[in-house]
Amino acid sequence: MDKNDGFMKALKCRECGREYPLTATHVCEFDFGPLEVVYDYDRIRRALTTARIKSRPQNMWRYRELLPLAGDPTVGFKVGYTPLIKADRLAKRLGIRELWIKNDTVNYPTLSFKDRVVSVALSRARELGFTTVACASTGNLANSVAANAAAAGLRAYVFIPSDLEQGKIVNSLIYGAQVIAIKGHYDEVNRLCAEIAGKFGWAFVNVNMRPYYAEGSKSMGYEIMEQLEWHIPRHTVVCMASGSLLTKIHKSYQEFTKLGLVADVPFRIHGAQATGCSPISSAQKAGLDFFKPVKPNTIAKSLAIGTPADGFYALRTMKQTGGVAEDVSDDEIREGIKLLAEHEGIFAETAGGVTVGVAKKLIASGRIPADDSAVLCVTGNGLKTLDAVVGHAGHPREIKPSLREFESLLATENLTPVTA
Amino acid sequence: MAKKIRIPTPLRKLTNNEEIVEVNAATIGAAIVELQTRFPGIKERLTDDNGEVRRFVNVYVNEEDIRFLQNQQTPLKDGDEISIIPAIAGG
Repeated sequence: MDKNDGFMKALKCRECGREYPLTATHVCEFDFGPLEVVYDYDRIRRALTTARIKSRPQNMWRYRELLPLAGDPTVGFKVGYTPLIKADRLAKRLGIRELWIKNDTVNYPTLSFKDRVVSVALSRARELGFTTVACASTGNLANSVAANAAAAGLRAYVFIPSDLEQGKIVNSLIYGAQVIAIKGHYDEVNRLCAEIAGKFGWAFVNVNMRPYYAEGSKSMGYEIMEQLEWHIPRHTVVCMASGSLLTKIHKSYQEFTKLGLVADVPFRIHGAQATGCSPISSAQKAGLDFFKPVKPNTIAKSLAIGTPADGFYALRTMKQTGGVAEDVSDDEIREGIKLLAEHEGIFAETAGGVTVGVAKKLIASGRIPADDSAVLCVTGNGLKTLDAVVGHAGHPREIKPSLREFESLLATENLTPVTA
Repeated sequence: MAKKIRIPTPLRKLTNNEEIVEVNAATIGAAIVELQTRFPGIKERLTDDNGEVRRFVNVYVNEEDIRFLQNQQTPLKDGDEISIIPAIAGG
């Protein structure tokens, strides 16, 4: 093995096991299976201990041996180690003994979990000599590529569906990225990007850089385990777009177990989708191994992928761990956003509403038992999807700057001044 | 004549690096057979042992996924453009 490959050994096809060099490539030439980074876990076991991890700064790079870089990260030093909140008020409301929120609404710098994958992808892109980066995105990824590329001095092209929320579009433009809006849904954006990925010598973070990029999601799982004092949670609820995050959280739990950093205990990983784009949850509920593509129609635009790349593996992960999938309507998504905001003071985007709404259903139906403990992965910030809740969060009550008007307003709530 | 198939990078070694191949076939299934006669070995890359399109291969006719059309029975007419694209991307 080349010492310049860090702890990585090769890229390997998840389907047939053929190995490939550690370049910018994502698909097996033989069966089109996805390529995945293979690590030297024996070396990692010697290098990575809980004491070593705890001695490092609180960001995702404290687990760096398990992330696919040859050398030091050069992009996104401050990403990760977001709060894990013990959500007692929401737990009581949903009827479960113990509930935790992994709060990536405050991930640095662009307020979604995508900063994890992008900092890995861009650091690796630099190692491989790229100067232009690109992505196909439902919004959060575009924001993160734009911001992190700007900070790193890389040129960025981001491709998005043209009907995205205003907040997500502005949040890409502001960094000076080239924003290409495609007249079509995400799956069409993605198809176009897959066709152009190799043509211009760019590092497409979720196309030719995908084997490295996707590994960044594992950091969310590592953090959850460390923040639970080196325990794997009994239940984890993860929203699914491509399904990649769910499979990588699973992988993080498996890796820490393999390395002896946590005890080998049973756990279940559950997947959450919007009913308006639920190819994975529909397949899981029907007991199928593979999904049927759909045309998305949901306010959860960040999850609106009708042909999910990792749908097959997400289904397999849920089956292996005894997890289930569920989906929620647009109204239930808004209700989930409000539940989280009103009980925990966290304003999540629509995807977070999906996760909370699905958790509510799973707890109510006993699929997550009431006497158990669960972690909900909340992946993005509500300030970016205001369009989805405007008009549904109530309205301010407007009055003149007059004591009389204020008192008459309070009178309707049976409140009287404490000092008469 | 003249239905154009765009060949993805992983398969171009089989098509002598040709990026676009023209076929006469009347359906997607027949187009795969026609490709196989001209570029032996390509069929097994695209379809599994049961003859189904592999799970990590997406096929589009004029930008529409054939799973929203008639899968391998999807008819082709002159001028149609067919794309074969690895399914593992995005998200």
